[in-house]
Amino acid sequence: MSQHIHPQHFKQQSKVALADPQLRSSFRNAMDYLQDKRAQSFSEPGSFEQLQLRGEAIRKRCLNQLPELLEQLESSCTNNGIVVHWAEDAQQAREIVSGILAEENAKTVVKGKSMLSEEIALNEHLAALNIECLESDMGEYIVQLANEAPSHIIMPAIHKRKQEVAELFAKHIDGFEYTEDVDSLIKAAREVLRYKFEHADAGITGVNFAVAQTGTLCLVENEGNGRMTSTVPKVHIALMGIEKVVESLNDIPPLLSLLTRSATGQAITTYFNMISSPRQSEDNDGPNAVHLVLVDNGRSQAYSDERYRASLQCIRCGACMNHCPVYARVGGHSYASVYPGPIGKIISPHLLGLEATGDLVTASSLCGACESVCPVNIPIPALLRELRSDAKLPSASEQALKGQASHRSWLEESVWVIFRIIMTKPVLYRGLSFFVVRFSFLMPRLPAIWGPQRSNPKPSTKTLHQLMRERKKNS
Amino acid sequence: MSAIPIRLYPEQPKQVYLYASCLVDMFDPNAGIAALQILEAQGIEVLWLEQQSCCGQPAYTSGYTDSAMKVAKQQFELFDTDIPVVVLSGSCAGMLRKHYPSLLEKECDSDALAKFSNQVFEWGEFLLNICQIKLLDKGETTKAVVHNSCSARREMGIAETTMRLLKQMDKVELVEPKYASECCGFGGSFAKRHQDISLAMVADKAKHLLETQASFLLSADWGCLLNINSYLEQQQSGMRGQHIATFIWQRCYGGEL
Repeated sequence: MSQHIHPQHFKQQSKVALADPQLRSSFRNAMDYLQDKRAQSFSEPGSFEQLQLRGEAIRKRCLNQLPELLEQLESSCTNNGIVVHWAEDAQQAREIVSGILAEENAKTVVKGKSMLSEEIALNEHLAALNIECLESDMGEYIVQLANEAPSHIIMPAIHKRKQEVAELFAKHIDGFEYTEDVDSLIKAAREVLRYKFEHADAGITGVNFAVAQTGTLCLVENEGNGRMTSTVPKVHIALMGIEKVVESLNDIPPLLSLLTRSATGQAITTYFNMISSPRQSEDNDGPNAVHLVLVDNGRSQAYSDERYRASLQCIRCGACMNHCPVYARVGGHSYASVYPGPIGKIISPHLLGLEATGDLVTASSLCGACESVCPVNIPIPALLRELRSDAKLPSASEQALKGQASHRSWLEESVWVIFRIIMTKPVLYRGLSFFVVRFSFLMPRLPAIWGPQRSNPKPSTKTLHQLMRERKKNS
Repeated sequence: MSAIPIRLYPEQPKQVYLYASCLVDMFDPNAGIAALQILEAQGIEVLWLEQQSCCGQPAYTSGYTDSAMKVAKQQFELFDTDIPVVVLSGSCAGMLRKHYPSLLEKECDSDALAKFSNQVFEWGEFLLNICQIKLLDKGETTKAVVHNSCSARREMGIAETTMRLLKQMDKVELVEPKYASECCGFGGSFAKRHQDISLAMVADKAKHLLETQASFLLSADWGCLLNINSYLEQQQSGMRGQHIATFIWQRCYGGEL
């Protein structure tokens, strides 16, 4: 979406968000609710850790054989009658989709929730080709009407209050009678969407997991829009990041359980779709053609660097953002990247390069709340630290992550060289710390080191090294 | 990391190193003295290395791995790996125990690093689980709120250990604030680089701490205290955080420092 391309403005954007009490309380309340729901669904002691171990092991095993599984997926899908396409980057992915639509002469499209479609900016691309692409997930529909980007990967319109939704509907839905009653709002949108499902030429969805052995595409959702989108129009196009492939059907139950519990605290979602072919002759419904577009778009880069491979374990549950103290305060739009929150800070540099995302990787206290709830045990703080280190390298290495070494500054480097010299020379360290405590009375007069609302920390009057020396002398 | 392996603790040793951290050194040396004296009261000889400075964490988390590595190497080489290292901060203990082995992988012997990592204990963890300390509370009845650092909680897995230690003082009503497990917003250079976000976090933390109406704020980490106290001072609140070592010393041992 339009504001989705400038994570380098993260600081300014987060400042605006921090100053908006309404937004702050919307996010805080929603995150509290989601944290609570998740905790309830893993209330049995050890239940999370046990399942997490399995989930992590499955994702690691599948990633370790990613090339083979992708080939197997391609042949299983092809045998099932699903047409498989490969896209190296966003542009190729967009062109493949518009190519299929052109072939089918499709002018109107309904789309289920797909973060990958956001990643490749599909809506803008189709709009430019005069193809109407309507979001059919309630949250996505709302942000589309508002011409905004999703602010959360699971709950795209989490930042919107019901009054704002009512105003949007009043503006965009013909015959809508203004109401702030949530059920009536949903009903109004449902009526619009029902009509669109019936008349759309094609349906586009994401994929949560794809099973290599059987060629099955799994789609997890709560509203039934995924099922409508993938079954009513005559063509179904499924977009999938290449990391989403798993080996066998046995891998699905643990991952599904981790996904729904981590995301919304649900034991299972209302709908779980397993799509394995286009309509067969004996079927009463279903699309005539199913296309699977496998998208790389930076994932191979993450895969090739063993330090970052674990980021591909992600099953996009959003638990890391739900538990992030930074996300809860600045909200999803501040990041200005498709994937906000902790995991977004790892994915975005792989999509956009480190130069544009330097402020994202530093915007974490490394508190580890994200890692502690990650259903597949991605070491998010460790990966963030690696990215920080990459951004500060003296020079970029070959085949490196784009933007490596882009955030090294002469001034900052000097600070850490001085730090190193002081800390590795005990005499110098003790001399300087003596100096610091000797002149500690000056601290309040120095420029505020972390802003006007916090006083400068005041050193003691003696260092512990001094006290220890005095102690030794006296004994 | 959600499942931190259960740690098996050795017998009480005769000697330990005290690793105080640069923050205690400069901002609260009395906590260092209190910590040392409490260890001595358990019959342990405390070794103090004059060459100790900083564990290198600030450079490490800022992405200056090379500087961090050089500092870490100099510090690591100070220690005899047969003697436990008792650290007066969950965060620095986490750096020594969890990050030195990978950071110094190419520089130092891996067996020595593994051995060292196994010898690192946070101060309260060491007292409770190795010394099996029994605190005798001689103070007045009071109420204290505890802030556990994120590294103590999630990296070292000792938040509950600290609570158990403090709960031994039977005249102290011990409470945790709302959102106890949420970060205070320090995070080293994060507090400076992203001041506005850090401020929003510490303001909320202070609010929840003050809501408990406790008379004391206790923490085992001076990093968090630096941040929280700076905010409390600027807001002219009467509450100030102190290190648990000082609090325990004053109530259970010798009184003033």
